[in-house]
Amino acid sequence: MAEYESYQHDVLVIGAGGAGLRAAIEASAAGVSVGVVSKSLLGKAHTVMAEGGIAAAMANVDDRDNWRVHFADTMRGSQYLSHPRMAQLHAQEAPARVRELEAWGALFDRTPDGRILQRNFGGHRYPRLAHVGDRTGLEMIRTLQDHGIHQGIEFYMEVTVLKLLKDGDRIAGAFGYDRERGRFRMFEAKAVVLATGGLGRAYQITSNSWEYTGDGMALAYEAGAALKDMEFVQFHPTGMIWPPSVRGILVTEAVRGEGGVLKNKDGRRFLFDDVPANYRDQTADNEEEGFRYTQGDKNAKRPPELLTRDHVARCIMREVREGRGSPHGGVFLDIAWIKNRVPGGGEHIKKKLPSMYHQFKQLADIDITEVPMEIGPTIHYAMGGVRVDPDTQMSDVPGLFAAGEVAAGLHGANRLGGNSLSDLLVFGKRAGEYAAAYAKEHNAATANKEEVEAAARHALEPFERAAGEGPYLVQRDLQQVMQNQVGIVRKQGDLQKALEALPALQARAGRVAVEGNREYNPGWHTSVDLGSLLTVSEAIMRCALERKESRGGHFREDYPAKDEEFGKVNLIVSKGADGEMHLSREPVPEMSAELKEIIKEMK
Amino acid sequence: MAEATFRIWRGEKGSGGFRDYRTEVGPGMVVLDAIHEIQATQANDLAVRWNCKAGKCGSCSAEINGSPRLMCMTRLSTLPLDKPVTLEPMRTFPPVKDLVTDVSFNYRAKKKIKPFQPRKPDRPDGTWTIAQQDVERVQEFHKCIECFLCQDVCHVLREHHLYEQFIGPRLFVYTAALEMHPLDTADRVPELRGPDGIGFCNITKCCTKVCPEEIHITDNAIIPLKERVVDRFYDPVKRLFRVFSGSARR
Repeated sequence: MAEYESYQHDVLVIGAGGAGLRAAIEASAAGVSVGVVSKSLLGKAHTVMAEGGIAAAMANVDDRDNWRVHFADTMRGSQYLSHPRMAQLHAQEAPARVRELEAWGALFDRTPDGRILQRNFGGHRYPRLAHVGDRTGLEMIRTLQDHGIHQGIEFYMEVTVLKLLKDGDRIAGAFGYDRERGRFRMFEAKAVVLATGGLGRAYQITSNSWEYTGDGMALAYEAGAALKDMEFVQFHPTGMIWPPSVRGILVTEAVRGEGGVLKNKDGRRFLFDDVPANYRDQTADNEEEGFRYTQGDKNAKRPPELLTRDHVARCIMREVREGRGSPHGGVFLDIAWIKNRVPGGGEHIKKKLPSMYHQFKQLADIDITEVPMEIGPTIHYAMGGVRVDPDTQMSDVPGLFAAGEVAAGLHGANRLGGNSLSDLLVFGKRAGEYAAAYAKEHNAATANKEEVEAAARHALEPFERAAGEGPYLVQRDLQQVMQNQVGIVRKQGDLQKALEALPALQARAGRVAVEGNREYNPGWHTSVDLGSLLTVSEAIMRCALERKESRGGHFREDYPAKDEEFGKVNLIVSKGADGEMHLSREPVPEMSAELKEIIKEMK
Repeated sequence: MAEATFRIWRGEKGSGGFRDYRTEVGPGMVVLDAIHEIQATQANDLAVRWNCKAGKCGSCSAEINGSPRLMCMTRLSTLPLDKPVTLEPMRTFPPVKDLVTDVSFNYRAKKKIKPFQPRKPDRPDGTWTIAQQDVERVQEFHKCIECFLCQDVCHVLREHHLYEQFIGPRLFVYTAALEMHPLDTADRVPELRGPDGIGFCNITKCCTKVCPEEIHITDNAIIPLKERVVDRFYDPVKRLFRVFSGSARR
């Protein structure tokens, strides 16, 4: 019999980033008892890394903006694979969610008339991102944290969930362990909200921290929920690439929003050479006009550096592959050049991009106000995740909700920058609201004790193996497979090889041994995380093999064009009765007449 | 590639000692990279907190060659590698294991501070008008990543252990951000003088020196707060005025 402490809540939120905190605040406001479990300490979640801003059509800077334009931009960016209803709710509700943050103490940069300032970002037609310099995510998470601690929510920091518990078909809680002592914890709950973020750790070069091992997706999958759009992984076009130890650390898109340009080794602005047809009439055809756009000229069209992330990342890869890259295998991102064009020169750059200045100065010995940065694509974000109802965020498992990066639907094949923070707020709130309502409508569930015992036994197995490989080596090998064969450029043979390599990795993961005891033992934690990483990696591989076309974050060298038929379907994976991963195609949800009208109008 | 020695504190609860690990040093490496390499290949159970590895989350605070710093932002090229690099946990907080400490004090202390209370919205749509310059003053404090290095180095906590009577520099920065917030209406001055213990700070500026975000903790947060306390409670003219006007406050 496993020993554990038990806790009871109406709603249990797993994850304490933007979506988890927003969900917890909303559920608590509805008058139910709320517990929040987080893998790290409060305030350390990946939301702090978000730099650019929160996309919300408030029209503070350009009064032509409204939710309809934001909706159309999101759909176009997603290559029309978003759930239209989610894209609509998101565009409609984001402004209220931003204003709410201000009411809770967030201080955004201001317009000259004292309203919330908004900046340009890739794929957004008008300046739309509410921001705080280049540390918007920190402002957002701290605001939610400092507000949340006074709302009667119970926080369980540094607790990792091993398994979701069920009572028949419905959710009954979660079982996990605390890192400090390694003791098991059982959380009984009527409703559970997953807000665990993404899966960047499945790759070698990533902007994600150790936590992002796809836990929520794997937990939901094991509990019987379907995953959707798993082939769509976003490579952020601008990650640091030199020195080697900083490879993958993010360079915010705001650098380009403020006038930064991308150049190859010959000094050519190569993005002008390849502008996708559906963006051609929104994109500047000369450097001067592009610059005027970044400086707020409403009559100018945006520079091609602000095209969507999937496109910019692929163009960078092309330059590198064709021998026009920078010395360390990337391209140049130059913001220093605007010095002579803006009042304040170098100081202006430091003020607009303080943490980028700091980051390069400290980690790479480079002064971005003087010389260009060397950058290349880095794994950044999972568009796919748990399939949810667009209004309530409930998954296929009754009582199990998901919001934020762990959920799928809003971003389709490609996410626009700035749409993530607004996603966390809009759908975090909705998940909290509907989870609380669900908890009120249902009696307490009873967790299956056998499941608990099995999860506890499984988690402790690595301690019982006297000798064996350490978990870090298995993790590294998996990351290598994903990076090299399931990365930014994919093809049949590579994907097939990756899938064939999987059983051996799974077997090794099942044999790892850990040294030491259960108290704060990262080796043990890594061995536990391997299970989730393997599940989400398999899902990405299978979906990437199935989608024989190129669209958004998914690029197939052997099928470089879009395919009309694939443009009508989302790919779904779920766990079959046989325990295997099953893949199916599902038609993209139908748009309402109103939404169709908007798309037509904004073509 | 050159090798370097890392003398790392290994231990649980109170007891433990230093152990030496050697690992290769590559270009641009930071201390946290070395820790990860050692953890992956030599000591799988080496306990360390980290998240973003970019100086934005404030998780990987430690004492590197005796100085409180973020491991992710300390480049090995800035340290003398001809002798061992010593790595210890923050010594002000109760040890948990290896480089991990129990920082829950900071969370408890924050919860006691009066939360943000905005004035009524200025506009009918529920929004406020705020000038950029009023925002900037507070934005400096909002840069705080809660690494708690300022708490670690503050002698009131480190030497005198006044955890129950003093909230520490991080939370003075937090209080200053609330007190100087252009919309806030709450009054935290009596608490600053009382349970928050601002009087214990004798402005030695150790906190300012270690802040990785370069927040002017002493000059811009603590001193202005001390001035508010003095103004309210110790200004002789105002005191006299209060006696006569009958508005005497404790």
